[in-house]
Amino acid sequence: MNPELGQLALILALILSALQCLLPIIGAWRNNKPLMETAPSLAIGQFVFIAMAYGILTWAFWTNDFSVAYVAQNSNLALPWFYKLAAVWGAHEGSLLLWMLILNLWTVALVVLGGKLPRAFFARVIGVLGFVAFGFILYMVATSNPFGRILPAPANGADLNPVLQDPGLTFHPPLLYMGYVGFSVAFAFAIAALLGGELKATWVRWSRPWTNAAWAFLTIGIVAGSAWAYYELGWGGWWFWDPVENASFMPWLIGTALIHAQAITDKRGGLRAWTLLLSIFGFAFSLLGTFLVRSGLLTSVHAFAFAPKRGVFMLVYLAVVIGGSLALYALRAPRVTGGKSFALASRETMMLIGNLMLTVACAMVLLGTLYPLVGEALNIGRISVGPPYFGPLFLLLMTPLVLALPFGPLSRWGKADLKVWRRALVRIVALAAAAGIIGFIIGVRSWYGLLGVTAATWVMTGVALFAIKRWREAPRGKRYPFEMLGMMLAHFGIGVFIAGAILTRSLSVEQDVSMRPGAGTVVGAYTFNFKGVSEVRGPNYRAQQGTMLITRHGKPVVTLYPQKRTYPGGQVQTEAAIQAGIFRDLYVSLGDPVGDNAWSLRVYDKPFVRWIWGGGALMMLGGFVVMADKRFRLKHAIEPETVPARPDPVPRAKLAEGGA
Amino acid sequence: MNESAGKPVARLVPLIAFAALVAFFVVGLVWNQTHDARFVPSPLINKPAPAFNLPRLENPTQLVSKANLLGQPYLLNVFASWCFACAEEHPTLMAYRDRFGIPLIGYDYKDAPADARGWLQKHGDPYHEVITDQSGETALDFGIYGAPETYLIDAQGIIRYKHIGPLTPAVIAKDIEPRIRELKQAGA
Repeated sequence: MNPELGQLALILALILSALQCLLPIIGAWRNNKPLMETAPSLAIGQFVFIAMAYGILTWAFWTNDFSVAYVAQNSNLALPWFYKLAAVWGAHEGSLLLWMLILNLWTVALVVLGGKLPRAFFARVIGVLGFVAFGFILYMVATSNPFGRILPAPANGADLNPVLQDPGLTFHPPLLYMGYVGFSVAFAFAIAALLGGELKATWVRWSRPWTNAAWAFLTIGIVAGSAWAYYELGWGGWWFWDPVENASFMPWLIGTALIHAQAITDKRGGLRAWTLLLSIFGFAFSLLGTFLVRSGLLTSVHAFAFAPKRGVFMLVYLAVVIGGSLALYALRAPRVTGGKSFALASRETMMLIGNLMLTVACAMVLLGTLYPLVGEALNIGRISVGPPYFGPLFLLLMTPLVLALPFGPLSRWGKADLKVWRRALVRIVALAAAAGIIGFIIGVRSWYGLLGVTAATWVMTGVALFAIKRWREAPRGKRYPFEMLGMMLAHFGIGVFIAGAILTRSLSVEQDVSMRPGAGTVVGAYTFNFKGVSEVRGPNYRAQQGTMLITRHGKPVVTLYPQKRTYPGGQVQTEAAIQAGIFRDLYVSLGDPVGDNAWSLRVYDKPFVRWIWGGGALMMLGGFVVMADKRFRLKHAIEPETVPARPDPVPRAKLAEGGA
Repeated sequence: MNESAGKPVARLVPLIAFAALVAFFVVGLVWNQTHDARFVPSPLINKPAPAFNLPRLENPTQLVSKANLLGQPYLLNVFASWCFACAEEHPTLMAYRDRFGIPLIGYDYKDAPADARGWLQKHGDPYHEVITDQSGETALDFGIYGAPETYLIDAQGIIRYKHIGPLTPAVIAKDIEPRIRELKQAGA
């Protein structure tokens, strides 16, 4: 198929997105029903054209059309077919197209599921999403066209970056983008509420399932990224606090704060302004993540020198979206003080502690991530602060959150119930201390490891006590509504995650060894016997493959085959071989020959490392389960909450931005 | 509960903070792209380097002290496996290691030795010697506050120059190579 058609589809989608932004919002402002009713068809039309562009690019990869520059740079005749499909989002231009496609999927989902929302509100939400889409498509058309040609076409492509040739990374970007882009829905709800001057906070309830879905996708996207780093980077680490990871972690922190703030606003009416701000910032960090990672700005401002148009465009776009939203917030944020008052030892207080710690942690990560830029702006040189900065500070900030976590669900809304608190506190402390002692007896000796056991038990006991409390107090059939069940799953997931993260660090046995064939080394309870290295061929690489027989008490456990792959471009990629288990991973990574037939190898015994991702998966599941709650089902068409034709018009600035 | 957003001024705070942040980056970055006025960033310039005694990366049982390195000028390059700007600087070091004409000593800063070894194995090792400072205590004496940083230390153990941030061919040609020549002439 002709790639120019793809470009044409992009331009048509651009025009539709401009209309999708303008018509419904003007319709809602003028109370003009026909204009408002254009929203669904414009959104679907835009989806059709973006999907078409995406399909055409995929087709170009599938048929090895190397006359398309992007395909020539990121694919190769020998690339396996599944990586050809994934290569579509392997670099800047294609990943923007994927971002757009996902934005359209969310918008279409909203069109299908949001039919019962008040029409004016719905029109504004779709309009705001149209504005977001407009900026993105314009960016693509103006600076990052994926359909550019090179003539004459090369006979073969340069190949997909070998780092990206891994199943984990195939799923990582789409999931991550589902999360990033999903926050645009919460953002659109917030902006629509500000534009329409919503008097009540009911919009927050409508927004909650969408926020939870986005958060769940982002959670699993981060988990996939972390698992990928563990497999592919060949060092057995699972989190490096590098800028790319931080870029996905910041929206997660804000998103976590947001789903809790939304719960307070929904149920108690309080924190309305805060919920608005978090909705704006959640999406702002998603944009920052998308842009900064792809622009390379964080690793090098030289990215600007290579493509000044891209850099300037994205900064202006960020400034317009965030600055415009904050200006709208300043103009329109609720003037009335809202919400019911609450006591110190109430659920609200616990959730506020969590919110505060999460937002401060996000600010801390932002500062650390932008530190090279700050350094450059202050002219003191670009330097990175790494784990020595993030690790201890994050631990410090999360301590109050973890301490408060069990007491959030156990406390009541509004009122302090000190009797419940005292009883819960005694049990949680007793169990956590017992777990610490048991941990010490069975061999956890470092204070860090003991801290992990105690903290994980602290959190999990809290969830268990809450489950028991509901079982006793609530009538049958109403004990665990989905909203509550999701919360319990996610909180339990945090306990599992803490156990995994901390125990892995304190119990892992890691060895860097140089071994000759026939040699053995003892790691924990296991003996690793090195059998040698042979040459193997993959579809598009050659590899040196080591053979490592692992035994325990003389009995063979598993044979692992770590690889060191060389791709035609000369890039070398290590493929660690891992025996995965619920309680431990055995990990072998092949290094370099060190002469005399010996090889350097890294062999690890990593207990509980799966719990890190298991905890993340539970959190994701919790997010999805919450969505199923009856509370969020829109049964009847909802009466408009706003007074039509308000004297206070929609700020012109906002409309002008949309049309700009 | 009173929402602070109820007061008109409070509602402007996020916008003002955001505008300040944008202004800071725009002014800072634009200014620095057009003005190259690097001030001397360290009070330690032309002062003796602090005494240190740090384990070698290859063999942690062997210690390297300041005294071991006296007698000829050397470059001390602070790096870490977690430092992404170091990965950016790394190809420059690989290209220049033999062109400096003086030893290039790696200073592995707050890093697990296994990670550092893995990093050097993966990217290549530009250093003639690598010392490790896992706790970062010696780094405090040096006034190191991140990675990468590079010190030029003369044969008498006096810090002659310090560069913060990644070394680039331009920095090396303009600030480092002339100083190395001076030191060599003074020593000869």
